[in-house]
Amino acid sequence: MGSRFAFGQYYPADSLIHKMDPRCKILLTIAYMVAIFLVKSYLGYLVTAILLFSTIAISKVPLRVVLRSIRAVIFLLMFTLIINLLFYKQGTVIASWWKITITWQGIDYAIKMLFRLTMLVMGASMLTFTTTATELTDGLESLLYPLKFIKVPVHDIAIIMSIALRFIPTLVEETQKIMNAQKARGAELDTGNFFKRVKAMLPILIPLFVSAFRRADELADALDARCYNASDKRTKMKVLKFTLKDYLAMFIVALFIAAICVDAYAFGGAYVDTFIYNLIMGA
Amino acid sequence: MSIVVKDLAFTYSLGSPYEKKAIQNINLTINDGDFLGIVGHTGSGKSTFIQHLNGLIKVQEGEIEVFDIKLTNAKKPKPDLRKLRSNVGMVFQYPEYQLFEDTVYKDVAFGPKNLGLDEEEIAKRVKEAIELVGLDFEAIKERAPFELSGGQKRRVAIAGIIAMKPKVLILDEPTAGLDPNGKEQILTLITHLKKNCSSTIIVISHDIDEITRFATRLIVFNEGRVAFDMPMNELFKHQQELVEMGLDIPLAVKIANDLKAKGVAIQDGVVTVEDLIKEIVRLYNAKHNTKLNLKDINKSGFNFSFRSDEVFE
Repeated sequence: MGSRFAFGQYYPADSLIHKMDPRCKILLTIAYMVAIFLVKSYLGYLVTAILLFSTIAISKVPLRVVLRSIRAVIFLLMFTLIINLLFYKQGTVIASWWKITITWQGIDYAIKMLFRLTMLVMGASMLTFTTTATELTDGLESLLYPLKFIKVPVHDIAIIMSIALRFIPTLVEETQKIMNAQKARGAELDTGNFFKRVKAMLPILIPLFVSAFRRADELADALDARCYNASDKRTKMKVLKFTLKDYLAMFIVALFIAAICVDAYAFGGAYVDTFIYNLIMGA
Repeated sequence: MSIVVKDLAFTYSLGSPYEKKAIQNINLTINDGDFLGIVGHTGSGKSTFIQHLNGLIKVQEGEIEVFDIKLTNAKKPKPDLRKLRSNVGMVFQYPEYQLFEDTVYKDVAFGPKNLGLDEEEIAKRVKEAIELVGLDFEAIKERAPFELSGGQKRRVAIAGIIAMKPKVLILDEPTAGLDPNGKEQILTLITHLKKNCSSTIIVISHDIDEITRFATRLIVFNEGRVAFDMPMNELFKHQQELVEMGLDIPLAVKIANDLKAKGVAIQDGVVTVEDLIKEIVRLYNAKHNTKLNLKDINKSGFNFSFRSDEVFE
């Protein structure tokens, strides 16, 4: 079952990336995700890929597992690829009929978008592969701490998040159980047209919601029974601390962003692309 | 012979680092009319095994024949799953969690409807099923399942399965989470269903005392294999092995074996508390030349349909 829901799951391993401070990982992931939207050229994507794949290598998470995270969004990827390919209007037209035009720039744009989204998803999932839910919420809580001064209940938000993350596998398991129970009653879940299938989901969704609410209720009672309150005086068992590897990682990512910016703004992101374009056009 | 299992094996997440062998080398024949109890630890493979029987898990290795339907790992011919599931009914743990319709009637009708029966037949079966589980059809049919009590919900859920009239009924921990009274009612219901609905019944339970009350055959799963497959009255022979597997022994068996060790001539084959009391009465009569019978004992305040621990107060 676990294999089908690889996206956003922790992959236990003993690596430098796993040991990094979660705050550092969160910040660098955000930086990476922003930077990837600045990339303009294939050279830029090559640099990004080098960063991404070396991170994967250092993290000891098997490439196969990381690639599985793309499977969840493969439909989205294909959809954007085709839409970009068929409806990109500017540039040298190769073929055109009815409302559809295919241009060289369209192909170029579609491929770049595919790279961008793939590496975005892979990069983001590296964060969840190497960081446990607890570390993640601890990190977020610490990062959001300044918001406390404008009366944002940061700690409550963190605990809500950690509970939500904690219950994802439980709910997945629950869904599986309910699906089996309804299949045993003759429910056919994966046959028929779209509407039939949506209707067939009702016997799954209703019990799932009922059980989610029941669990939430029980959990709230259990928290109350142990006198839980989100007071300011709570201390941490594990205090987060930046170490040498965190600073090193920050330095590498800073270099990466600098390289992307130089490529995109100094060379206009066109240095290699023009070369490839000319090669294809035979100019 | 209703179910034949040959060399069945199954591994979860096959081909991934999380690979886990759940069952292996399972060979079994379940006969028509069997009243079968299955015990075993969590993770012993018993759930994996029973989910094979109605096609919820695809066969990886070995084969199963359920009535005339063959289940193998071959892609073709595709087994007729609808027919299979109408023949083998499965009541999961906490079956009340699968209720979803807004009325009891509609929920019980879900199974028969999926079988493609006509309205008239569905109505007949729903009424029958609800009455079989001991609920008042007229009073309950329009009520929402979510407003019923725990025990009632479970009965409605069981009715949802038996409305499909399965020849084999499988129940996974049917009494889990119920109070002693509710447990008693469900156990009585199971014996009732054996007579009036499904002639073959398979019950999974971790409470061996519960199983010995009605099952006539016992299968013990241990580490993915069938450790024992025996008639219930041979259970006493294997006390040692079962204890070593960390499983409980029926109270009566424990007492009978202890008495035997102390030199009391208890006959073999004692499994239930009732057997034990009969045997003790027989020995008493033989020794004191009296003619006490069970009725006399009941008169003095005992009742043999009581739970085992109450008899020994």
